[in-house]
Amino acid sequence: MGHDIASRRGFLHRCLAGAALARGSVQYANAAQAGSQAKSRVVIARDAGLRGAGAALDSGRLLKLLDRSLQSYFASDSPLEAWKRLARPTEVVGLKVNCLAGRGISTSVPLVEAVCERLQQAGIPAKNIVIWDRLNSDLESAGFRLATGPGRIRCLGNDALGYETELTAYGSAASLMARTLTEVCDAVISLPVLKDHGIVGVTMALKNMFGAIHNPNKYHVDAGDPYVADVYMLPPIRQKVRLAICDATTAQYEGGPSYMPHWTWPFNGLMVARDPVALDYTGWRIIEKKRAEKGMKPLRAMQREPAYIATAADAAHRLGANDPARIQVIEV
Amino acid sequence: MKSAILPCLLAGGAGRGTPAAPPAGAEQPEEARFIVEAAFYEKQPYKKIKCRLCPRECVIDDRERGYCGVRENRGGVYYTLVHSRVCTAHVDPIEKKPFFHFLPGSEAFSIATAGCNVNCKMCQNWEISQVRPEQVRATYLPPRQLAAAARENRCASIAYTYSEPVIYYEYMLDAAEAARAAGVKSAVVTGAYIQQDPLKKMCQRVDAVKVDLKAFSQKFYKEVVNGELKPVLDALVTLRKLGMWTEIVYLVVPTLNDSDREFKALAAWIKSELGLDVPVHFTRFHPDYLLKNLPPTPLPTLERAKAIADAAGLHYVYVGNVPRHPAENTYCPKCRRTVVERAGFTIKALGLRKGKCQNCQQEIAGVWS
Repeated sequence: MGHDIASRRGFLHRCLAGAALARGSVQYANAAQAGSQAKSRVVIARDAGLRGAGAALDSGRLLKLLDRSLQSYFASDSPLEAWKRLARPTEVVGLKVNCLAGRGISTSVPLVEAVCERLQQAGIPAKNIVIWDRLNSDLESAGFRLATGPGRIRCLGNDALGYETELTAYGSAASLMARTLTEVCDAVISLPVLKDHGIVGVTMALKNMFGAIHNPNKYHVDAGDPYVADVYMLPPIRQKVRLAICDATTAQYEGGPSYMPHWTWPFNGLMVARDPVALDYTGWRIIEKKRAEKGMKPLRAMQREPAYIATAADAAHRLGANDPARIQVIEV
Repeated sequence: MKSAILPCLLAGGAGRGTPAAPPAGAEQPEEARFIVEAAFYEKQPYKKIKCRLCPRECVIDDRERGYCGVRENRGGVYYTLVHSRVCTAHVDPIEKKPFFHFLPGSEAFSIATAGCNVNCKMCQNWEISQVRPEQVRATYLPPRQLAAAARENRCASIAYTYSEPVIYYEYMLDAAEAARAAGVKSAVVTGAYIQQDPLKKMCQRVDAVKVDLKAFSQKFYKEVVNGELKPVLDALVTLRKLGMWTEIVYLVVPTLNDSDREFKALAAWIKSELGLDVPVHFTRFHPDYLLKNLPPTPLPTLERAKAIADAAGLHYVYVGNVPRHPAENTYCPKCRRTVVERAGFTIKALGLRKGKCQNCQQEIAGVWS
């Protein structure tokens, strides 16, 4: 049975009553602009007690973990100040989740609930929040409840609104963009999962945007290089994604993108970055470390090293940093 | 979407070059009816599968699809999602495919589903070939109804065309069987990017194959087609060995596959591996999809290609997409008289009797009745 994210709306509405929304001179930079920074920051927030006694995530602790990661990333004293830097109240914010693998190794519903809660408290009305992925069926299989009604948080797959009719192209990529991205969303928060991918090595912030195009099946050859980087360069993606919050509560080091429970481990963390390349590079190292711990070969030896991460950082793409000397990993 | 392609069965109306009439009893699509277990795949551990239909050999996780986008792993079983899922249907002259030596002057009930196992930058039907089945309108047209529709529209054949029939393989074979039972032939228009076993099985059911040989270089296949040359050449050799009527189309793309060297190598290979009687159509490219920066093929380039192939001794070399060009006609390789005179897709005069030149009795290779 799916969770009803919109059910929190009433509560959040009460919380927000009368709240003044500070806008000031806040910069709403998109994620790809991180490539111009001297050093890209990746915050890794972990909580060993995230699951309490059982396997289920403790939503209260998860919300605190989310706050801690965002406050650390934005160096702000309060969580809401951090969220207010992401979008204006008049903007429609898309939450691009990754639900391909169904329950187990998809973006978790409690995390998305927590993000929705904080966005609303930061002044984004429920009607301006859209949870989306490729297919309605993917969302449902991951535990989300579809919602398209007025005045509430929407939750829908690309099959609901379809795709543009004109191609958008960059380099090796030429795709029809999801209308949810191009026509509905002003800003996007990417919510990928920390996991292995059997063809392209790993899938996190960069590859999550394959869910914004009509033809991702064409871009898995050659371990996704340069396709993953090229797809991210498509203007609606590059211009609208403002932050990545990688769900690393459960991570998977082999057998992805499908859910293989015997190859998952409770990382109990979140990874936050504006720079998708730095985030992916950092996540890749985490997966490689776990593979080594488990006696598995590195991804290079499996002919699926995620070379697209370096491509995304190259002079042609400039989507971010893959040089560890230019990445500041902050563990909180 | 292209109006020339996508007016589908739902649009109604029949006639030459127009959308075909929906067969009686054709019903609106229901997702489950299109889903049939795929042929030619192997199961792997952890519910993965390896597709054995095309040389790409996609290894596909549960809930994922292969490169073609129309075949999906569901719980370790591989399914085609496009059986009987027709997204376009037209009655076309067979010359439009083009087949010049297969039932000339007849009409072909021409169909396609969504999807393709390559991604040619010059694709003219990319709106259906480069999308997933759920991204285009389609109608349910099972094999027997398809065969009946072909007969009702007085078509001598069903042409599996427009996108790539290899990816709707199961439907094509079932349809070809139904068509044969109904006295209708089957003609396949394909890039021939297919493995040997499914190709051989296909040859038991269909009557003619037109192969789009995209170039004669691996570089072009890699960079422009997103495929490989060798499996296509292997398929051509197998088609000939199995006695399948085969014609070749070579779309000449300016600057990319139009060198004398490539034309000469192509002609020499056809001569040595396929024989002199395989028709070769050098056709004009028009800018489309991802190659809009190139001009249409200059006519002299096409004539140069033909001259090189003629000089190699090939018997039937054509220039295509150039209406009323003399090289649209079929000439007797012995006496050089015109045996089939064409104007565009229309047969103006037929100088054949029982497959032989009326003037010198030379046998003209092809399927004439």
